[in-house]
Amino acid sequence: MDKNTWNILLVDDEVDFIVTLAERLELRGVNPRVVHDGESALKAVADNVPQVIVLDVMMPGMKGIEVLQKVKSEHPDVQVILLTGQGKTRDGIEGMRHGAFAYLTKPLDLEELIRTINEAINPPEGIPHV
Amino acid sequence: MKKILSGPMDAIKADLATEINSPDRYKLLRRKIVSLMALVTLLPLLSLAAINYYEHQSSMSAEIQAPLRALVGKAKHSFELFLAERTSAVSFIASAYSFDELSNDANLQRIFQVMRREFTGFVDLGLIDTAGNQVSYAGPYDLKDRNYTSQDWFHQVQFKGTYISDVFLGFRKFPHVVIAVRHTTESGQSWILRATLDTIHFDRIISAMGLEPGSDAFLVNRNGVLQTESRRYGKVLDMLPFSLPPTNFESNVQGIRDRDQNEIFIASAFIADSDFVLVAVKLKPTFFSTWYTVRLDLLVIFVTGVIFIFIAVYRLTSVLINRLQESDEQRLGAIHQMEHSQKLSSIGRLAAGVAHEINNPLAIINEKAGLMRDIMDLRPDFPNKDKFSRQIESILKSVDRCRGITHRMLSFAKRMDVKIEILDLNAVLVETLGFLEREAQYRNIELKRELSMNLPNIATDHGQIQQVFLNILNNALAAVPDGGRIVLSSWNVDDDYVAISIEDNGCGMSDETANNMFEPFFTTKKEKGTGLGMSITYGIVKRLGGEIKVKSKLNEGTTMTILMPKHPVEG
Repeated sequence: MDKNTWNILLVDDEVDFIVTLAERLELRGVNPRVVHDGESALKAVADNVPQVIVLDVMMPGMKGIEVLQKVKSEHPDVQVILLTGQGKTRDGIEGMRHGAFAYLTKPLDLEELIRTINEAINPPEGIPHV
Repeated sequence: MKKILSGPMDAIKADLATEINSPDRYKLLRRKIVSLMALVTLLPLLSLAAINYYEHQSSMSAEIQAPLRALVGKAKHSFELFLAERTSAVSFIASAYSFDELSNDANLQRIFQVMRREFTGFVDLGLIDTAGNQVSYAGPYDLKDRNYTSQDWFHQVQFKGTYISDVFLGFRKFPHVVIAVRHTTESGQSWILRATLDTIHFDRIISAMGLEPGSDAFLVNRNGVLQTESRRYGKVLDMLPFSLPPTNFESNVQGIRDRDQNEIFIASAFIADSDFVLVAVKLKPTFFSTWYTVRLDLLVIFVTGVIFIFIAVYRLTSVLINRLQESDEQRLGAIHQMEHSQKLSSIGRLAAGVAHEINNPLAIINEKAGLMRDIMDLRPDFPNKDKFSRQIESILKSVDRCRGITHRMLSFAKRMDVKIEILDLNAVLVETLGFLEREAQYRNIELKRELSMNLPNIATDHGQIQQVFLNILNNALAAVPDGGRIVLSSWNVDDDYVAISIEDNGCGMSDETANNMFEPFFTTKKEKGTGLGMSITYGIVKRLGGEIKVKSKLNEGTTMTILMPKHPVEG
């Protein structure tokens, strides 16, 4: 896993959470960019198309699903991992229907996040993306 | 009838309408309905029985009266005959002999002897002239030379020609009757022949009537003085203790009350040419003896009828009241359930709100603690590293615990809210399968689809039914080994249901596990599961009006079948 080459964008309005998450990823050799709302996320994607976006579903202003749809419509190759609150499976499933790669629930398991990012970037042989 | 019944009916209706929750309510209602029904059914029966009784009573009376009347009639004739015979005998002697012949004591004595032989009952015989002097006498008393002008009977016989006296006690204290006959010759000479009779023959005639025990017969004079002994009302010359009903020469029966307030039938008739009244008395039969002796069958039918009616009425009312009580309870139950589910749903919303609010700070705590551990791990010389490490572990564990709590709260809340749309279950199933295809491909698991092409769309909740499929598919994936197989089928069951089944060839379940799998907090995954997945699944399917069935054999596999209604179900 050449994690330091991964181009990751983290989107969450909960600043404390997402900044700490970014810091922990950095300690593991991943260098994500961090934004705190939907508009900034779209701008960041326009600046530099990431491989994976880790996107919070519940945000004030532009919702996660909307960001997902916009990103997917312009950059279908970008994989989106949704972060949902617990018990918001419906949001996650909704996201999957709109082309999300996976959905994870908060509070996060960091190892699971890294594993999922890896699967998104390096899909196993012969398995097409859903 | 309607008017009469409307009173109690209104009372019962009012009782039904009042919402008293006391257990006495049904008891009271039962009592009222039973009384009303019993009244309505028993009243005709009772009146029928009463009418029957009184008709019977009157016919019984007639039955008693007729023989009594006949008896008195017969006995009256015997008395009349007896008296007429005696009177004729005296009259005959008075006219057959001359005054001179009769005034000779020896002659009279001889005539008296013949008379006594021919006619029983004569005690003496005497001749009295028009001046009232006893001319001659044959008999046991010394009555010669007596004068009777001052006595009433003497005037009566002078006036009427014949006279029969009331009974009186003679010198020997025996009851006697006097018969006196006046004879007048063609030349104008007249005399009176007077004979005394004892009343033994009266008693014989009465005893010849053959009275039943408890009955009575006797002679009285018109003033109510007993002329023969009565079984019930006294001795000779006693006063009858009640006044006679109106009497004439025809035997006549009447019902009256005597001195002791006994109800009696009294038959009476005058006896011709005398002051006597023949009376026969019979006690009226009492109520029960009438019933018992004569119409026991009627009584039995009546009592059985009453009992049957009562049982039927009581049973019927019980059924009615029980139904009422049941439906009342059901209604109350439904109301309670509604209140309960409303309460649950508001608790659910509250729980969801709290859980979501807590989730974000929890995620921050989780990341912060994680970062602290990361930093410590990077620096082997971190002071007090072990101690800090333990604190961080404790924080992370607590976060996990909180996660568990909010998870449960949310699953609970989620069960409360349903959103119905028209769906193609095949599409939902395939879509759900999409989420898991990645894992299946990793593990080389075959996903076989045997879906009906003409499955109708049904109205149900998209998110919830998807959760059901996801939960079952996750379980199937957990059960099958790498390289295993999962078969998804769908088909039309009947007009009301469609079915989806998910069959795996995994580890299967024991019967015990299969029986418990829908219980909340039942899990075979130990740490990994909450034990809520299948319970939630079951709850969702039930709430959507469906059925979920499991068929499993250990080491062979499991088939889960979901039946969903084609039309949405209320509730």
